[in-house]
Amino acid sequence: MRVVEKRQLLSNEEIGRTLNRLAHEIVEKSGGTKDLALIGVRRRGVPLAERLSAIIRGFSHAEIPVGILDITLYRDDLSTVGPQPIVQSTEIPFTVDNRDLVVVDDVLYTGRTMRAAMNGLFDLGRPRRIRLCVMIDRGHRELPIEATFVGRTVQTSDSEIVEVRLKEVDNEERVMLVDRVD
Amino acid sequence: MLQRLQHLLGIETLTRDQISFILDQAKPFQEFQRYPLKKLATLRGKTVAIAFFEASTRTRISFTTAAARLGADTMNLQAEASSLKKGESLLDTVRTLEAMRPDGIVMRHGSSGAPEFVAERLGIPVLNAGDGTHEHPTQGLLDALTIRDRKGTLEGLNIAILGDILHSRVARSNIHLLSKFGAHVTLCGPAMWVPRELENLAPGIRRVMRIEDALAGADVIIVLRVQTERIHEPSLAAEEYVLRYQLTPERLQVAKPDALVLHPGPMIRGLEIDPAVADGPQSCVLEQVTNGLAIRMALLYHLIGGAPMDAPHPAKERSNAAD
Amino acid sequence: MLLIKNGRVLDPASKTDGALDVLLDGEKIAKTGTALSAPDAEVFDATALVVAPGFIDLHCHLREPGQELSETIETGTRAAARGGFAAVCCMPNTQPVNDNASVTRSIVDRAAAVGTVRVWPIGAASIGSKGEALAEIAAMKDAGIVAVSDDGKPIATARLMRQVMDYCTSLGLPVIDHCEDASLFAGGVMREGPASVRLGLKGIPAQCESICVGRDVEIAQLTGARLHIAHMSTRGSLEYVRAAKKQGLRVTCEVTPHHFTLTDEHVRYNTNYKMNPPLASREDRDALIEGLADGSIDAIATDHAPHHPASKEVEFDRAPFGITGFETALALGLAELVHKGKLPLMRLIDLFTTGPARVLGIERKIAAGAPADLTIFSTDHTWTFRASESASKSRNTPFDGRAFRGTPMATIVGGRFAFRHSKTAQA
Repeated sequence: MRVVEKRQLLSNEEIGRTLNRLAHEIVEKSGGTKDLALIGVRRRGVPLAERLSAIIRGFSHAEIPVGILDITLYRDDLSTVGPQPIVQSTEIPFTVDNRDLVVVDDVLYTGRTMRAAMNGLFDLGRPRRIRLCVMIDRGHRELPIEATFVGRTVQTSDSEIVEVRLKEVDNEERVMLVDRVD
Repeated sequence: MLQRLQHLLGIETLTRDQISFILDQAKPFQEFQRYPLKKLATLRGKTVAIAFFEASTRTRISFTTAAARLGADTMNLQAEASSLKKGESLLDTVRTLEAMRPDGIVMRHGSSGAPEFVAERLGIPVLNAGDGTHEHPTQGLLDALTIRDRKGTLEGLNIAILGDILHSRVARSNIHLLSKFGAHVTLCGPAMWVPRELENLAPGIRRVMRIEDALAGADVIIVLRVQTERIHEPSLAAEEYVLRYQLTPERLQVAKPDALVLHPGPMIRGLEIDPAVADGPQSCVLEQVTNGLAIRMALLYHLIGGAPMDAPHPAKERSNAAD
Repeated sequence: MLLIKNGRVLDPASKTDGALDVLLDGEKIAKTGTALSAPDAEVFDATALVVAPGFIDLHCHLREPGQELSETIETGTRAAARGGFAAVCCMPNTQPVNDNASVTRSIVDRAAAVGTVRVWPIGAASIGSKGEALAEIAAMKDAGIVAVSDDGKPIATARLMRQVMDYCTSLGLPVIDHCEDASLFAGGVMREGPASVRLGLKGIPAQCESICVGRDVEIAQLTGARLHIAHMSTRGSLEYVRAAKKQGLRVTCEVTPHHFTLTDEHVRYNTNYKMNPPLASREDRDALIEGLADGSIDAIATDHAPHHPASKEVEFDRAPFGITGFETALALGLAELVHKGKLPLMRLIDLFTTGPARVLGIERKIAAGAPADLTIFSTDHTWTFRASESASKSRNTPFDGRAFRGTPMATIVGGRFAFRHSKTAQA
């Protein structure tokens, strides 16, 4: 499948400013940092969560732990795809019980990834609260899922894809809207 | 791109990359065994036929648990209760199972080549849980995982396999796998059970007759049980075996101090292995059991999950991903 | 009258190799010569074809009486004719075992009624081939057996072999032994060696056969009997036979086409590669080919052993031993022995005709007065063997789909066509 770039949604600086704003929002709307933890969804949710934790440490000196969640085993679409996707490990080095969790991902689209993430988290324990933080909300929900913390909301069509490119993964830093060309 | 596995019939035909892939994929499933809630919905709606034509407790329970933890249902066939006793052929038994449309079959059978026979005739994935004296691939894989986790690598390790090698399918799977990864394998046991031909099974294999020679400088010792049910000839007296081949604490000292002791089970303490070694600090048997679950979950996930090999082009997944 | 024109006659008995015509009158050969003419005769144009005496298969299983699901005398002989065989010797391990005259007669009568080629039964050596008491050999001889064997099994003990040899010598019958040591055979399913160890299948060592050959040769020395070693498959056995011949003992032997073609390395878990004696090592195969070339081996015999498809479609351990062989025998002989330059065509024909004839104590030749049995074949017609098209009821062959160069074009038995290839023009 090929893609054709259409337009840039966020630049390098805009990503930085957005993450900064989101980090502050998270702390404000959590009534402090007690029991707070971030869960980065593989793949790009992980560097985003790590950056958020670093930013929060920067202005509040609070240490917010970051866990890594692989949702492959919890996806609901496995039986319609060809060979099984590779499973990677989930690394959550703290207990999930009674935690105030914020799940971090790059894009919120149908909501199925978040549903899988919640299933995964509940297999590990009983969190007190789960909320969602995403860089881009692109609409087209198929499940009743909402994000509490949203970087930017964008209108998209089905044939389009939102690519959040991060230096830790993609060696560049910007958010692009691309078209799928078959 | 890794060649997708359709069946798991043996280690001999797998490439090193394919084996590494399976070992790597077992890792998330190892962690999974520590979760409080060990139930996934990944294979929900799939049915795995567990067809054991030979008695087994541990392997059958391991596969059944692996399937259940992935959310699959199982169909259980046990030889004693089956119509095999009434003379039904393997082909008929398996075709009957197939008519109930399982998504895969895990099979243990007393005849070497039986899983291959079934794989050639059914359209579903076949996992070999042990065929005759040919191979026991999941045991080979879980042994390799155990060794790799503890030693960091398989390359260049001195690995001794003790016992009745000729009649051991576990030994053959171990030999193929360890040889592919560059381990130095030494086989040792009573002469009539360690024939010369075993040295040509794969590169890097040698055989010795004295246990001390096998254990000298060993990093890993795999102890096999005496296969009484597979021997057609008169067996060796237990006292003879113990005298020459039992793994005792004294003999173990000749190996490296951090040498691992593995055993596919069930152990007969006092025969092939001294109780102090079986339950001692170097014994990895319990890890082997846990790793067995992880390996089997990884295999069921990849072989039985997903679309069949000849499925029509799947509908485009509605995900944000560009790949 | 049937006139075979323009063929190349190869007759081992007279060492003839030349362009000759052969005139058949009734059931006998009338004469041979160049540019024969016979105005009343049907003419068969054998241009570019070899005309040989009718082939004899010393060893086959026709499964009748009792195992007709796998083959019958009718279907087996039809397959034999297509393979170029004018006469076949069927082994006694039927149900019931051919250990008495009435079973022998039933086979002979059935063959006369529906058989396409000559059927010469081999009678059992012991009752039921159980290895205990002598069978009714003299009565069977009167009913038509040409030799004695407990094939499927060895003649059980040295003592019994001695009795059988003494008795058969007095009756003028050869003793054919399926050489095997039961204690070394013990549940084996293929040749013991690197392949059996790799596949995890119970192996049968080569000595299992040669030990028994040695035993039989010793007893042949004791009794002066005519001993024929069935389906010989190892170098060790061949050495015993060579030594026996050197000593002047009347010991002969046969080899099957699959044993000079395949080895144990070809075995995987396909039951079409499972037979007894099993496929042997490469060294054994090469030694057999040498023996075929240098005259130590007397005959090629198929050991055609049909098993109906369902019985072979099981795990390797459980499958019965045996493969079919009539229709691929000549083609394999040409491919592996003649086309590869291991032995000349005349010698191949000897192995199919005068060799077997010698074992049975009869003559086989193209000469006036001889029976009108001929095998006419091409050495270069290309074709592909398909098990599904075989005239046999069974499909158990490892050669399905194999391409060959050379095949029988006509088999004449007693002056009539038992088989005629579709490529031959009919006048």
